[in-house]
Amino acid sequence: MTNLHSLGSLFAAVDVELNISTNGAVRHLADRDSILVWGSYLIAAALFILSLKWLSHPKTARRGVLAGEIGMALAVIGTLLMYDVVTYNWVLVGIALGSIIGTPMAIWMPMTAVPQRTALSHAFGALAAALVGTAHYFEEVAVPGVPHLDKFTMAILAIEVFLGALTFTGSLIAFGKLQELLPSSIKGLPNQNAINFSLLGVAALLSIWLIFSPTSWIVFLLLIVVSLVFGLCLVIPIGGADMPTVISLLNSYAGLSASLMGFILDNYLLIIAGALDGSSGLILSIVMCKAMNRSFTNVLFGRMEPTSAASSDDIYAGKVKSASPEDVAMLLEGAQRVIVVPGYGLAVAQAQHVVRELATILEEHGCTVEYAIHPVAGRMPGHMNVLLAEADVPYEQLKEMEEINPTFPQCDVAIVIGANDVVNPLANTDPTSPIAGMPILNVDKARNVVVVKRSLSPGFAGIPNPLFAADNCLMLFGDGKKALMEVVAALKEG
Amino acid sequence: MHNLEPKLFVFLLATFLGLEVIRRVSPLLHTPLMSLTNAISAIAIVAAIQITAGGHSTLSTVLGTIAVTAATINIVGGFLITDRMLKMFRRETRRRD
Repeated sequence: MTNLHSLGSLFAAVDVELNISTNGAVRHLADRDSILVWGSYLIAAALFILSLKWLSHPKTARRGVLAGEIGMALAVIGTLLMYDVVTYNWVLVGIALGSIIGTPMAIWMPMTAVPQRTALSHAFGALAAALVGTAHYFEEVAVPGVPHLDKFTMAILAIEVFLGALTFTGSLIAFGKLQELLPSSIKGLPNQNAINFSLLGVAALLSIWLIFSPTSWIVFLLLIVVSLVFGLCLVIPIGGADMPTVISLLNSYAGLSASLMGFILDNYLLIIAGALDGSSGLILSIVMCKAMNRSFTNVLFGRMEPTSAASSDDIYAGKVKSASPEDVAMLLEGAQRVIVVPGYGLAVAQAQHVVRELATILEEHGCTVEYAIHPVAGRMPGHMNVLLAEADVPYEQLKEMEEINPTFPQCDVAIVIGANDVVNPLANTDPTSPIAGMPILNVDKARNVVVVKRSLSPGFAGIPNPLFAADNCLMLFGDGKKALMEVVAALKEG
Repeated sequence: MHNLEPKLFVFLLATFLGLEVIRRVSPLLHTPLMSLTNAISAIAIVAAIQITAGGHSTLSTVLGTIAVTAATINIVGGFLITDRMLKMFRRETRRRD
């Protein structure tokens, strides 16, 4: 009974709120219109949840997008119905502008650029949240007489604007790094962590000040500035390999600030959609951290120290076997089962299409080809799958780590392209290694391993990889794309 | 604030529901997932519309219009790109010749 009662009061609440939001500027709605509006929101919320549910499998995923689109259209039309025609000129200007900017970006953007576009869209989402929060604040403060902002509202507003502003600048930096406008790892200031914590502390103090004195608008502006700077400081020192985690975290913040906006503007649909976005970002962050065997705090506040416990010379000396593209082609000709292990380097070299070409030739020889995808392969969660799907690889061949790891001993040749730390057996064997415990692809268990790599230089963890010196391993030195094209050419000749 | 209590309940339930639903999304589709949730959370456009159309001051109109623009970019771009990506995920191997 209690549940039914809360549900009823929830709808009643939505009903009332729509009428009184934004200080009565909204024309009061007839009951019929009001039902139309919250009804559209209710259906939209349901469609958003279904949308994510259908996304769980490639078969139903596109239906999920359609559900999301219908939900969005319903909610927007429902909202526009609330207002008199004369007042929404600027809304239409914004929608037109956004469509003009957004559509070409979406249609012509190459798939390799998805990570930076995602970072940019976190920035836009956070910007919208921060601006709406700011506008709402000044609306409330401008009303003379009794302050409208009670302590709860002010606290939530402060957190919303803080998260929105820091996500805005943080995401812009992430975008700059992924687009290679900024170097991927800028050394932070010497006391970067101390500075970050101080900024966080200042933001907290300003927020508390605002809670007790909501009309001090200068403090509010200061809070925005501090939050913007905090976002910069947080992301600037984070290196390229941590980008998947950072993007996921920023996703989570952007969602949370959208949800808090819903609290302030009495909009339940916003609370729900923001919470869904926030929880998605949280899950992806956890997946990324687990895959790198690191904690959130470690990503945000600490850098991995390169160790020189075992020098690379001792490991590699005289044991590394370099192979020519022809050697590799000969090895592949006799193979029954090949596993391709693509890494970050494949994305950078844009070698996905030539990998697919190689796979097609091998399949014509009766060989089985599969792809082993480490969770952090690529520049954002799941990026490698998109790149290989674009190169026409059927998704059944894209195998997750847990699924493919037990099958490496039955694999004739494993081809590692542009991956290093995620195939380093030290993670399993050396408890003192900085990557100890990190889940890896057990490439070393395959009968033969071919590593396509420019040089023996270490990966992000800064440690040597004994795989390269293993008896069953051949090194094919060179640019991933070019080296593979030579292998393809040799196979065609042979 | 009006109705803090039901809002917290809705937030809590939506978060748990989100965690449960999204946990089931195959890692294969994590990039489209991020792209789609991004488009969905651009539902913030309804708040931006409220501010733009219902606000009293020029400041609200200006900030609101920018917010509507930013949210629209995410809606249009997010849905289009997600669909573009999902179209590429195929089951059958297509022969090239």
